[in-house]
Amino acid sequence: MYVAAEGVEHHPLVPIWQELVIGTIAFALLCFVLLKFVMPRMEAMYQARVDAIEGGLKRAEAAQAEANQLLEQYRAQLAEVRTEAARIRDDARADAESIRTEILAKAREESDRIIAAGRDSLAVERQTIVRELRAEVGGLAVDLASRIVGESLADEARRKGTVERFLTDLESAGAR
Amino acid sequence: MSGQLVAAEGLPWPPSVGDFYPPDLAGPWVTKFTLMVWLAVGLLIVFFMATYRNPKLVPSKGQWMAESVYGLVRDNIAREQMGRDGIRFAPYFTVLFCFIVVTNLFGIVPGLQISPNSHIAFPIVLALISYVMYLYIGARKHGLGRYLKQSLILPGVPWPMHFLLIPIEFLQTFVVRPVTLAVRLFANMFAGHLILLVFTVGGFVMLASDNIFIQISSVAAFVMAILMAFFEVLVALLQAYVFVTLTANYIGSSLADEH
Repeated sequence: MYVAAEGVEHHPLVPIWQELVIGTIAFALLCFVLLKFVMPRMEAMYQARVDAIEGGLKRAEAAQAEANQLLEQYRAQLAEVRTEAARIRDDARADAESIRTEILAKAREESDRIIAAGRDSLAVERQTIVRELRAEVGGLAVDLASRIVGESLADEARRKGTVERFLTDLESAGAR
Repeated sequence: MSGQLVAAEGLPWPPSVGDFYPPDLAGPWVTKFTLMVWLAVGLLIVFFMATYRNPKLVPSKGQWMAESVYGLVRDNIAREQMGRDGIRFAPYFTVLFCFIVVTNLFGIVPGLQISPNSHIAFPIVLALISYVMYLYIGARKHGLGRYLKQSLILPGVPWPMHFLLIPIEFLQTFVVRPVTLAVRLFANMFAGHLILLVFTVGGFVMLASDNIFIQISSVAAFVMAILMAFFEVLVALLQAYVFVTLTANYIGSSLADEH
């Protein structure tokens, strides 16, 4: 197997034309098959995967955002409820206060009214008494006068004693 | 002395260009190299069809591997070089990348042990496709005249400089780019195979020596051959990456609105 003996000395930079043809046909076949049947699906799969990954990330982000929003909402609701409760407590306290003052005012008014009524009835009673007294005093005066006239008027001292007695009687009657 | 060794062992020493042109299997159409290209095409079609027959959002292991390759080319090459416009080219770049990686790796697969890309015909085919692609895309986007003007004339340069710059830019865009694209890949695979040959065959030649010290030092040659095989894996991947990255870069510059 001595190469020189074969006599096939070929310049390495000169192509063998049959190889050019074979190379072209073979590579063209390879390109045709792969570019038609494989590579488009490869690119499509590549895009689908990118979409899937980015879509997944987007979905996760959306879920996260939604969770945050819900949390925010719950917090807001909680705060609202708290202020509401505080407001109700305040209202209740204010109501109680106003009811107390109202009751107090009413009681005071009532007591004033009762006192006034007592006073009025007292006054009425007094007037009645005065009126009765007046009528009685009239009767008594007539009585006294008739007694004075009936007895001798000469004795001034006695007369004086009579008046004194009358008044004492009157006073004791009034005290009674 | 080496001539005597070769005669003794029947090993082709020293490695030569002839080693890259084994005898045809059945005429010029059916050779080791054309069969390897068909094998690469078959392997890639089977791999992608099998792993992507029923793609799921949560991928199986095979699907994940196929998608990793696509993701690497899509995000680290197409989008890196061309921005968002690059994504529509990602499928072609992926096919190109896989084809170059597989054919390059044939260089260290036992039994095959040479990359089809060490025959310049295959890099030429791939570079030619990239070349036509970026010219066509540039001309279609901007119109032929404007595309040429954009490619050749640098803005903001004093006009006498254009006598110098236009030929340079022309060479750069229309000659150097495709040629270097093809030659870079070819030369890397060619040199890689040559290095492996030197250390492997050299090791055997040393082992066949009469001298005990030379026989012992053949161990160093085999160790180097193994290290170089790993190095070739790196080169195989790197050259595929470079080829696709440059193609993306050229197409990107065709699409760009400024020079």
